[in-house]
Parts: sequence; C-alpha cells; structure tokens
Amino acid sequence: MTAVELDSVSRWYGNVVAVNDVTLTVNPGLTGLLGPNGAGKTTVLHLMAGLLAPSQGTVTVGGEAAWRNPDMYKQLGLVTERESVPGFLTAREFVLASAKLHKLPDPRAATRAALGIVEMESAQDREISTYSKGMRQRTRVAAALVHDPTVLLLDEPFNGMDPRQRMHMMELLHRMADEGRTILFSSHILEEVEQLSGTVQVIVSGRLAASGDYRHIRRLMTNRPHVFTISSSDDRRLATVLIGQESVSGVSMADGALQVHASDYGTFTRALAKLAKKSGIRLTSVLPADESLEKVFSYLVAA
Amino acid sequence: MNTTVMALTARALLGRRRVLLLLPMPLVLIGMTLIGSTASGVEASEWGPTVFGNLGLSVILPLTALIVGSSVLGLEIDDGTITHLLTKPLPRSEIILSKLCVAWLVTTVATGVPLAVSALIAGSGALAVGLVAGALLGSLAYCALFLALSVISKRPVAVGLVYIMLWENLLVGFVDGARVFSVQQHATSFANAIAQSDMLNDTVPVVTAMIVAAVFVGVGTVGATMKLRSFGLTGEAT
Repeated sequence: MTAVELDSVSRWYGNVVAVNDVTLTVNPGLTGLLGPNGAGKTTVLHLMAGLLAPSQGTVTVGGEAAWRNPDMYKQLGLVTERESVPGFLTAREFVLASAKLHKLPDPRAATRAALGIVEMESAQDREISTYSKGMRQRTRVAAALVHDPTVLLLDEPFNGMDPRQRMHMMELLHRMADEGRTILFSSHILEEVEQLSGTVQVIVSGRLAASGDYRHIRRLMTNRPHVFTISSSDDRRLATVLIGQESVSGVSMADGALQVHASDYGTFTRALAKLAKKSGIRLTSVLPADESLEKVFSYLVAA
Repeated sequence: MNTTVMALTARALLGRRRVLLLLPMPLVLIGMTLIGSTASGVEASEWGPTVFGNLGLSVILPLTALIVGSSVLGLEIDDGTITHLLTKPLPRSEIILSKLCVAWLVTTVATGVPLAVSALIAGSGALAVGLVAGALLGSLAYCALFLALSVISKRPVAVGLVYIMLWENLLVGFVDGARVFSVQQHATSFANAIAQSDMLNDTVPVVTAMIVAAVFVGVGTVGATMKLRSFGLTGEAT
C-alpha cells in the first residue's frame, strides 16, 4: 500500500502561484488528476515525482520525502508529458538502460516483461525516432514500469494516441490499478477520466477544487439543484404532484420526459417513490441528468 | 561511476552532428604543422610556439572542452531527456562523475591525438608526450568547469566563451595574477614540465598549476553534483 500525499503544498514561480495550498492523498487504485489547461496539473505531478521542490508544505510517497531523495524512485515511475526520448536508441535499448539504471538483478528479463506489457515486442529493435507518437508513449510507459513500481504517475498519457491505442492504454492502467498499484494520471479530457476512474482530484487555478468520487462530489454540491430525468405512466400528473414539494425547485417537460430540478437531493429521492405510489403513478425510469463528470467539472470550474 | 550512464552519454555525444564540430580544429593544427615543417629555411622554434601554444593549448583545447563539457549533460537538460536519468535511484554524484569521465576521455582524445601527431611531425617525441599530458590535465579541469556551468547556467557556452576569451586570452595579458586561475596556463605548465621544450611558454609553476587545476576539478564536480541534487524541472503549463 503506497500512498502519495501532499500536505499544505504550495509552489510559486516568482510572483506566479502555480499550486496553492493543496492537501491531498492519492491511494492505491486509479485516480484522475483533472483540471483546465494551465491549472497546475503538471506542477503537481512534478512535485509528486520529486522533480520540483515545494515552496511550502511536504510531499511524500509511501511516507518518504519526494524531494532530494533519489531512493524514492525505486517505488515510483513517471511518464512525463513532454515527449523526451533519446531517438537514437531502440525501445529495447532504452528500456534496458532504465532497468540497468535501476540496478535490477535481471535487467534483460525485466525489459522483456515491460515491453510485453505495453505490447511493443514487434518494434523493439527499431530506433525510437522512427516510432509513431503512440509507440513512443508506450515505450516510455515500459521504461517507467520496468522496475515494477508501486506508484505510477502519468502526465496526459493519452495525448496523440489513436482510439485503439487509447483503449489499450486504458486497459493497461486498469489492470495495473487492479494489481494494487497507485496510479495517477492527469488529463484535461473529461471522457477519458470518466471512462477510467471514478476517483478524481480536481485542480482549478492551482487550488484543489474537489477530491474523491465525482458522483459523490456532485451530491455534496447542495447549492446547485440536482436534475433528474423521469419517465412514468403519467408524466403530466407527476409534474403537478412534484411541483407541490418543498424539495423541488422546478419541473419541465421536454422530449416526452419530465425534467425535475431538486433543491434537496436527499429529501427528494426519498419522497419520490412514495409520492408516485400515493398518486397511483408508475415510475419507469429515474435518471440523474447532471451526475456526469462533465457537469460536475463545469460546476467546479464555474464556482 | 556508472557504466550505463557512461555508455548512454558516449552514444548521445558521438552520435550527434555536433561532434563534427570537433573535426576541423585538429585538421587546422596538423595542417599548420605540416606547412611550418616543410617550409624551407624556417626553424621550428619560430612557428612552434604559435602552433602548439597559441593554437593548440590556447584555442583548440578549451574550445573542444567547451563543446564536449557543456554537451554531456547540457543537451539532456535542453531536450528534457534528463528526467529519465533524474527519476532513477542513482546518487547524483554518480551521474556527474560518469558524465565528467566521458567528457574528459573524449576531449583528451580529440585534442591529445592531433597535438601528439603535430609534435611528432615537428620531430619531438618529448613534446608529444608533454602535450598529451597537458591535454589530459587541461581537459579534466576544463570539462569539470564547463559541465558545472551546464547545470548551473542556462547559457553555458556563452559563459564558457567569456572565460576563455576574456579571462584566459585577454585579462591574463594585463593582470599577472590572473594566470594562476587559467586552465590554459595549467595545461601549458604541466606539458612543459614533461616536455622541457622551448616551443611552450609556461608562466605558472607546475606545482601551483596542478593544485589550482585540482581545485577547479573539485569545485566543478561538487558544484555540479549539488546543483543536480536540487535540480527542479520548470512546470510547463499544460
């Protein structure tokens, strides 16, 4: 069990505050680091990877300090966003060099295994400079994985990948998370995060805007009415019944379905079924309409 | 010392076009020696000091060391591949020493060999040995300085050129004490202590030269290691 922890961490460059008093814990499993462009995601990842000193606060990986502690890299792997690979090496040479630099007992076997995980065996003896962007990315993942780290940090891992490579990478991350590793990946593309992970850390303008399961985060946003799409045996009559409730702030009919804005999530969800039963209306579907990550995110960024 | 770091450094250095920059200078050196030694009626003592001192140890050695010393780690910092090295559980001193070792070796070969060839053309075996020794000492001190510059400064080549041109080639002419801190003088003194040749014009006692050069190597290596230990990547906005 290796957790990555930031405790009251700030980082500034001159007058610019890149990360502002962030406290968060990334536990084993798959976590998305989400935020608009320029929000400070890369800075947070670099702080976690010990490549940047926090101006204030502490960063630890598995209880060990991340900054000025090369030994920490025995348990951590990093895939940076910047596509920095020595193009004159082949994938095998590159991953093997990583294995040797980690002083692994059997670097060749570790290299074979890492290249197998990312399915790069067929092209492993070609120079990296001849690879597509996705192949380079997978090669870098292999190099970051070669020492079997318990923590893997990936900065925008899906950038420049085609849909098939994306799917492959998502499966890979899921598999590694299921093995008990702590995996944090940053992204500004909501669909990617939504598909991959329920747990998110949302960074907006250098601050931690929210942390946890995004559906849970949504429910905690009590100042925003929750929107439900409901269909029933008699939508119009249900609408008249619901508008009489304190917990309902608005009702509308659109596309043959009823849209209900509930101001109080708990009271509304508890009362709905009882009200419908009392009025003799059969509910056929009740769907939360704004529990998508996109909605949650737009609420957070706008807040 | 780490053989993997050394092998990667050597491949990166010798595989790039930049290494071609090292070719013309030795060719000029050997060419001028050939011209001098085949011209009739001219004594070697007339052109020797210019070719071996003013060109060889004063220009070719420092410039070669600057190109090599600032590249071994500097290029990785520039293109971002340094993260691969930094995210490994390696003592930072191991990285710096391995880089320095490669730079030292490459600079010594790139300068020592043409200097020795030129000395042999001029007909002096002792001078050849002396010049190789001078190149060995000078390369180490220069490379340690320029390697440290590449970690500390964003413009190591510019700062290095200022040191070579202003300090070593200009200030030394006006201020006597400046010689003591000139690697070029250290290399010349060391070379001449072995060669005992009138082709070399040494002005610093050899013991002083060796001590100050050793201090340069120490300060450069420790400085580079300390800087690399707290080397922070600038966070790119994403």
